[in-house]
Amino acid sequence: MFPRSFNYHRASSLREAATMLGQLGSEARALAGGQSLIPLMKLRFANPAHLVDLNFIKDTSYIRAEGDVVRFGPMTRHAEIENSDLRTRLPIVHDCAAGIADVQVRNRGTIGGSVAEADPSGDWATTLLTLNTEVRCISARGERTVALQNFITDAYTTVLAPDELVSEIDVKMPPKNSGGCYLAFKRCAPVYASAAVAVQLRMEDGQCRDAAIYLGCVGLTPVRATSAEGELRGQSINPDTIIKAADAARSAADPQPDMRGSADYKRSLVAGLLKRAIDVAARRARGERVEVSHIYA
Amino acid sequence: MPEVQRVPIKVKVNGKSYELAVEPRMLLVEMIREDLDLTGTHIGCDTTYCGACTVLFNGLPVKSCTMFAVQADGAEITTVEGLEKDGHLHPLQEAFVNQHGLQCGYCTPGMLMSGAYLLSKHPHPSEQEIRKGIAGNTCRCTGYQNIFKAIETAAKG
Repeated sequence: MFPRSFNYHRASSLREAATMLGQLGSEARALAGGQSLIPLMKLRFANPAHLVDLNFIKDTSYIRAEGDVVRFGPMTRHAEIENSDLRTRLPIVHDCAAGIADVQVRNRGTIGGSVAEADPSGDWATTLLTLNTEVRCISARGERTVALQNFITDAYTTVLAPDELVSEIDVKMPPKNSGGCYLAFKRCAPVYASAAVAVQLRMEDGQCRDAAIYLGCVGLTPVRATSAEGELRGQSINPDTIIKAADAARSAADPQPDMRGSADYKRSLVAGLLKRAIDVAARRARGERVEVSHIYA
Repeated sequence: MPEVQRVPIKVKVNGKSYELAVEPRMLLVEMIREDLDLTGTHIGCDTTYCGACTVLFNGLPVKSCTMFAVQADGAEITTVEGLEKDGHLHPLQEAFVNQHGLQCGYCTPGMLMSGAYLLSKHPHPSEQEIRKGIAGNTCRCTGYQNIFKAIETAAKG
């Protein structure tokens, strides 16, 4: 399968790429890892007249710890994050990176591309929303920083202007006694998840002081389960509170029935995943090392 | 008809250097098969699912149906033809033969590339590592059991 013909442009800096996008107009698209865009182009669902390739721009693939912030270059591949020391320092990020699609896709797909694509079934946004995450953006006009919860506005839609690119993703390390977990269920490795949950807890004296819970693949954008968070805040994490939070998440989910399952099935899936994820997050908050990743047959 | 853009690229495939002028929409797998006549790399699903088109791109497995040839400018690529050395099959290829790791053979080039990469990273992989290592490669014949056995056998040397 071939995409429609297009003209190829290679940028040597993000600012140059943004300028090119502005000059080429609305028929131009940026090419990051290409693991969503190229399949869409082959199916001719996307037919850009121009592609601006970001893959030859230097110094856009990095993971830098500066103080209590972890900075991700926009072209950092999922596999680089999977194989980084974040596995122990920020395990929720490893949960996400290590389970996206398969080895081959993780070697190409990028964190910046995933966040900018805002696919309702994408993994990164759901994970990063439970952390304090900022998206830095660049255009010929300058730079700006947008909190992730204000960045994605709808399915496949962000606040990025057509001539604007993600230049960095900054994640604040959670305070001590925190633990997080991202769990997604998919039918097999290469496909999108059927449902996913991300949890971040801060514990103090055996009680949950703070909770952030987002649900993935069950809404047009990641769904914040505030009622589920409320069931945990101020409580100890025990089977009773976990079940209450899972029931609240079941109601918060707004899934569409599709080939991955009925709406009811996805609500049940969200509840089941959340029970496991809260348990893992609480154990991690206690300093336990727990390894989890996407679940598939 | 508007003039079709052709982009000059330099690429090294299985140690041999090539200079080509490619149309931007040409997929990497098409360049490998049609321009370089290396037909060992297969096109299976053509939708980033099955992994039959897996090649090593600068040492890392990628699905060559989901990259443009023009993106390979300056890259080193290894295809299944590049696994044998001096007329000797790669140990994993030998193991696939001995353990009956294939039936129809369609997925085999991709399985070999993912398997060879896995073994280069984890010379003694656990069963879980093998399963995760070839999770991006689909086989519709074998049920995977003999493919696991072949990778385990190659790991034992």
